[in-house]
Amino acid sequence: MSAAPNVSSAPLAASAGARRGLGGLLRRGAVFLLLALLVVVFATAEPAFLGVANFMSVLQAVSVVAILAVGVTISMAVGGFDLSVGAVAASSVMAASYAMVVWRLDAAETVALTLAFGLIVGLVNAALIVVVGVPDLLATLAMNFLLTGLQLIPTAGRSIATGLILPSGVSANGAFDPSFLAIGRARLFNVAPIPVLLMIAVGALAFVLTERTRIGRLLFAVGGNEIAARLAGARTERIKTLAYAISATLASLGGVIVAARVGRGDVSSGASLLLDAVAAALIGFAVLAARRPNVFGAVVGAIFVGVLLNGLTMLNVPYYTQDFVKGAVLVGALGLTYGLGRSTT
Amino acid sequence: MNATRDKARTALAGRAIAKRFGSTQALSGVDFELVGGEIVGLMGANGAGKSTLVNILVGATQADSGELRLDGRPYRPAAPREAARVGVVAIHQATDRAGAPGLTVAETLLIDRFADGRTGFFVSPASIRRQAVEIAEASGFALPLDRDFADIGPAERQLVAIARAIASQAKVLILDEPTASLSQAESERLFAILDGLAARGLAILYISHRTQDLRRLANRVLVLRGGREAASCVRPIDFTAALEAMIGRPLAGAHIAAREVAGEVALQVSALRLGRDRPPIDLAVRSGEVVAITGPLGAGKSRLLLTLFGALPIVEGEIRLDGQPWRPRNPAEAIAAGVHMAGEDRRRTSLTPADWPGGSVSAAIALPHLARWFPSGFLSGGIERSHALDAIRRLGIRASGPDARLDTLSGGNQQKVVLARWQAVEPRVTLLDEPFQGVDVGARADIAAAVRAQTEVATLIATSDPEEALEVADRIFLLDDRGLRPFSESAADGGSASTGVSP
Repeated sequence: MSAAPNVSSAPLAASAGARRGLGGLLRRGAVFLLLALLVVVFATAEPAFLGVANFMSVLQAVSVVAILAVGVTISMAVGGFDLSVGAVAASSVMAASYAMVVWRLDAAETVALTLAFGLIVGLVNAALIVVVGVPDLLATLAMNFLLTGLQLIPTAGRSIATGLILPSGVSANGAFDPSFLAIGRARLFNVAPIPVLLMIAVGALAFVLTERTRIGRLLFAVGGNEIAARLAGARTERIKTLAYAISATLASLGGVIVAARVGRGDVSSGASLLLDAVAAALIGFAVLAARRPNVFGAVVGAIFVGVLLNGLTMLNVPYYTQDFVKGAVLVGALGLTYGLGRSTT
Repeated sequence: MNATRDKARTALAGRAIAKRFGSTQALSGVDFELVGGEIVGLMGANGAGKSTLVNILVGATQADSGELRLDGRPYRPAAPREAARVGVVAIHQATDRAGAPGLTVAETLLIDRFADGRTGFFVSPASIRRQAVEIAEASGFALPLDRDFADIGPAERQLVAIARAIASQAKVLILDEPTASLSQAESERLFAILDGLAARGLAILYISHRTQDLRRLANRVLVLRGGREAASCVRPIDFTAALEAMIGRPLAGAHIAAREVAGEVALQVSALRLGRDRPPIDLAVRSGEVVAITGPLGAGKSRLLLTLFGALPIVEGEIRLDGQPWRPRNPAEAIAAGVHMAGEDRRRTSLTPADWPGGSVSAAIALPHLARWFPSGFLSGGIERSHALDAIRRLGIRASGPDARLDTLSGGNQQKVVLARWQAVEPRVTLLDEPFQGVDVGARADIAAAVRAQTEVATLIATSDPEEALEVADRIFLLDDRGLRPFSESAADGGSASTGVSP
């Protein structure tokens, strides 16, 4: 992260640096310390927790949320907030299933079509925000509603599997392409699930894009001060459009992974994806005390929540407490980031 | 100042007020006294400490040392709300803060009562109307009570702000450049109202550069310079002495900066209108020349610069850049063509948050040049750093290094960073809007020198402070609702924004 404080001789910076000290170090590493603590506690209570297999299953469980959280983070970098990612992912599950079962497309065609669907939704979001001037939260929330409803219409609310009876009365007899299912189910070298590899690839690419390229600078410049960015010659409309296009395309990639894992177009898939992704992106603010959207933090945030839920499940904590736990983590992380941050700056 | 003055009439007095911001001593021991029934003028160049003093008086900031007394009792407001409760109210230059769009003028007048609960929980349109009429009548203004605050002009907003202050039983009223956005007739109306308020026993502190306002209104004038009292004049006020105290040198030969510049005309503006009902503007700026435009707030200085920069559309008229027609559609095109602009209020128009990526000195300088400096797209190599080091050396920026966060820099050094951004790649034309805003005297001289050192660049500066124009520009123009004309002519006829500087 580039948020590292600079070693400096200026009186102002030096005194700020002195005040950072141990407290600052604790704050920056808080999420990692907690993560380590959780691992120790869970491993003590349940030795199977530490196995590679379990570790991979945690990562596989969080991969979709992490990919969506990266998208949300990029929308936050431009000062926006993409609340449509949950519905984009869910409707992508339906779109991919429909493409294979009804239209009998193969894996490559299905993936291309689904990602194109996500891209188009992102462009519509951007048009609403940039051209029409709808506030970002409202535009993407409205899109969330629209897609949640739209995905039910082609199948009259039924889930999609081979033998689906369409509203016209025709039976659709296409099937999920096995190579499509591999996206969600195969493992590289029999160890690393493809979704985990996709998560790592998306995280790495997005990290480089946001932190190490001039496009990333412009994303944060637009989000930090849009007027200043525009007066510095940035095409702010294009930058915002790019951010929402990336966000929605990543969400549809998440939908592809869910469809490939589940192997059917389930109308209720992706119900909790939006809030989980937003939570991960926000917990990311606390990672390294960045106090800003950052890709690395979002991925770590998703993994943190995944480890917590996996461990609690192993300890037989009831399933219905999961949302409460996630919420508590989010409240704690944000309180830590902003509350303690204020006193030291 | 005068211990024998009747204590009962003294509204607000301060002794040895001092305030330091970081390395800048904004106020170093100022004494003053505001007496009920009296209008006191406050003069001072940018950075003289006027705003700091006002902020201390209304509790927006606290003095480091010194003593304030209100009606003889110690007075140390912790917040503007507290100051208002005991009757000390400041009316800011930015009149849009006097109300909120969506509220009618009547509702705006009652905001204070809504906030402190005096209206009760339920309010009826009839009771709002009745109370608003009372407030308007008490102030003596005719206000358009039923119109939306968003739809009324700056003059009426000013009156709304004053009416609110009177309604809240103000004893001390502080006005900051109140006539900046008013026409001559509106100003006259305001003066009559202020006279009336003073006659009713209010103490009024009137901050202005305009000697004709102060000549008309003020019983006394207090002049600040470099955070100290430079002069205190009583009627008959010698404004030449006051102005000389303000700028710290004789007025004669005040325009030290003028040079004869023989470069090619780089920027030519012909019959350009800044609005359908605004007079056409003609202006030519030569390569190597520094031209300043001064004039009251709202005269269109920023509008002119933003139009030349492509951030606002050309309403009517022609612009030529190096002889070629110039119609930029956006700032990106302007920058590509070598027209650079640093907007006014650097925090709003130039700088991005210090704790986000791009918040360092080097990144702030690089922002407009990213595509040129990083053609591969990846932020690699030391180009950003070397430009920053060069700027730090050339402009004397006090920072720990290229990676220093902007919020560790003083205002003057932040402004130098903004200038460095637009000098990092040599342009044809540089447009600077209020480049000395919130900048101390030392940094101001550095910035002026750096601007004047660019011999291949045509520079156009907008500043509301004629003193700054005199320090930096080869030629000076005045822009007001009558159009653009040479500043020296405007001074002769007592021009509306001039400090009355005359040879």
